[in-house]
Amino acid sequence: MKWAAAAAALTEFSQAFLPRLGAALDEAVKEFPLIWIQHSACSGCSVSVINTIHPSIKNVILDQILPGRQLWLRYHSTLMAASGGMSTAAALGTARDYKGKFILIVEGAIPTKDEGIYGTLGEEGGKHIRMLDWMKRLGPEAMAVLAVGTCAAYGGISAAEPNPSGCQGVGQVLRTHNIATPVVNIPGCPCHPDWFIGTVARILLYGLPQPKELDEHGRLKAYFGKSVHNRCVLRDCMDDGQFATQFGEVGCMLEIGCKGPFTYADCPIRQWNSGVSWCINANAPCMGCTEPGFPDAHSPLYQRR
Amino acid sequence: MKTKILLDPLTRVEGHLGIEAVVDSGKVVEAHVAGTLYRGFEQILAGREPLDAVQITQRICGVCPTAHAVASSQCLDNALGIMPPDNGRIIRNLIQGANLIQSHILHFYHLAALDFARGPDFPPFTPRLEADYRLPAAANKAIVDHYVQALHIRLKAHEMSAVFSGKMPHCASVVPGGVTVLPAIDKVTTFLWRLKELQSFINDVYVPDVLTLAEVYRDYCSIGAGCGNLLTYGGYDLDNEPDVMKRKRLIPMGRFTGGKLAGVDPAKISEDVRHAWYEASGPAPAKAGAYSWIKAPRYDGGVYEVGPLARAIVSAESGANPALAKALDTALTHLRLERQHLFSVMGRHLARALETQALANAMAGWVLQIKLDEPVATPHKMPDEAEGYGLWDASRGALGHWIGIRGKKIARYQIVVPTTWNASPRDANGVAGPIEQALTGAPVPDEKHPFALARIVRAFDPCIACAVHLVTPRRRLLGSLRVA
Repeated sequence: MKWAAAAAALTEFSQAFLPRLGAALDEAVKEFPLIWIQHSACSGCSVSVINTIHPSIKNVILDQILPGRQLWLRYHSTLMAASGGMSTAAALGTARDYKGKFILIVEGAIPTKDEGIYGTLGEEGGKHIRMLDWMKRLGPEAMAVLAVGTCAAYGGISAAEPNPSGCQGVGQVLRTHNIATPVVNIPGCPCHPDWFIGTVARILLYGLPQPKELDEHGRLKAYFGKSVHNRCVLRDCMDDGQFATQFGEVGCMLEIGCKGPFTYADCPIRQWNSGVSWCINANAPCMGCTEPGFPDAHSPLYQRR
Repeated sequence: MKTKILLDPLTRVEGHLGIEAVVDSGKVVEAHVAGTLYRGFEQILAGREPLDAVQITQRICGVCPTAHAVASSQCLDNALGIMPPDNGRIIRNLIQGANLIQSHILHFYHLAALDFARGPDFPPFTPRLEADYRLPAAANKAIVDHYVQALHIRLKAHEMSAVFSGKMPHCASVVPGGVTVLPAIDKVTTFLWRLKELQSFINDVYVPDVLTLAEVYRDYCSIGAGCGNLLTYGGYDLDNEPDVMKRKRLIPMGRFTGGKLAGVDPAKISEDVRHAWYEASGPAPAKAGAYSWIKAPRYDGGVYEVGPLARAIVSAESGANPALAKALDTALTHLRLERQHLFSVMGRHLARALETQALANAMAGWVLQIKLDEPVATPHKMPDEAEGYGLWDASRGALGHWIGIRGKKIARYQIVVPTTWNASPRDANGVAGPIEQALTGAPVPDEKHPFALARIVRAFDPCIACAVHLVTPRRRLLGSLRVA
């Protein structure tokens, strides 16, 4: 039956899908189910992650992302074909069938005020399922949780003062509910596609990161180990005492709010959107979007901290 | 016999949307659309520095951050009494235009196409609602191939936006007074060549694919008509006129109601919370009779649809954009349809595709108007007290930002976004919102697979993250916003 379906699919679909269909026949390929849940989020991290170039998002979803290793996106409400109860069943079914084996990816912060009534996702028997309950149900079952973006990692914009819906990051929610599943934070507003792909590939190939590879905020030091300021292209301006005082001027942007000295990320060398630019290359100050204090500890955004 | 259908979450839209439809004898007789998340951005903005609004409001939406960046900057330009120089105006247009191309391609191929073409038989393409997939095998294969191709091509549009904005999503360089990015010849060149590649895709793949779907799914050129009233604030400034009501734009501001064009008076916009989870004191998740976190904006009490359909019809009927009008008429002639058929599922997809094409063509001219070594931003001085507003269409429709500044801080910030209009719940008079109206009468031959409902809702390209961010305690006329 499996063969017949695959053979039919092979004739029906284009070259693009051949690797994925081939993999379904190959018992040696290790499959990693993913459940990607969006809570209080803007979808910006999803949109950013699909900007990955090598591998392309097609490679990520359809091909073996690494030889012998295939991701299997079982739930992502913006990409999946199913809707309604069928989609909710796909997520809950995956968590049940692959207990301890699936990776839970969380985008967005979790509304916790008033037992989480401010955010629901799907329903069960006509009753809305709260985002907080999704975390309580899926969190303990996952092999690991990846908190994608600053909202999922630390609360971010969703939790900005006065934090109207009591938003919290994944780590805090799991700790509150005594869920011991390992969490890796991949912050950024949004999360850079390379940071996400690299973290996933790390887990698929070598297992979960060792504690020494993570910093005090649960981020991989490989990406978040050095400050933006230390590798900034405008360091020479600072050394020469050339400081911008208004928008559109050339100079080190400390006086108009650059948070580079307080921000740990490899943007200066990695750059964004296939390397075409990054904030400081666009002559705009770093907002410090990868930090637990974003945005409140960095506000006012355009004033020297 | 009446049956209630729940479709929650309605996937392949931005954010958290649920729909509930009552079906009788194979047709929807009543529909409710609900936003299922509350975010509270307007509360978050109060008390902050006015300049920070541009960065904070972008985070409402990762799909259309540039629209919030421009609307918020124009709102502050208005409050601070400044206008960007030519470079600032043009580069804002390019940043937003590139993102609109990105957003529309993503919407058609990655959010909507799987409603009409059957994807391969593995996740995330399965499970799926079994629909009346009708495309011949070759056409089905072509659309699925283009789904994959579009994953790559939309990324180039994001790159174009980032060339001038620093990064996408959430751009760095749009600020009150203009932009921060300094023009350079390599930026102009790399932008142009990416645009050329996108234009080929739009002309040779995207527009033809929409026409193919419209041919094969002809019934969807009538299904989902909606409320019939259209509103757009327009967009893409062509001069530096300080008064937005008089400013020349590629897409003009206007309304279409009762089959006629009409003007826009922001003072006639109001928001109704009778069926939304809000009370005067703030969010009220237990409120009786409420069913959504989305409020109900109304124009002069009337229900209005916003988005590409509104822009296309107002552009064509007003004569302000002859290129777009001609493209629409050529497509309609090809399909042997009339302009009235644009009020439909396929009409919305077609308006979106042709707008993408017209905008890309205009951008090819704008990027060459950038002048090296000329200013990109007008300096400002923050007043103690000021009020301002910015009206500017996002990819998904009319977007308005309003600010009140007191003691150099944000005293009040208010945002009315496109999906708040389109996905609004019923108002105090019990009148349903545009998507709810479009759903009413939809055919549901199989209640277990209500695919027509999904097709109708997705054609509006709802963005729920945008729609659920706000709380304004009282019903109030926004145009005459006064800060207490």
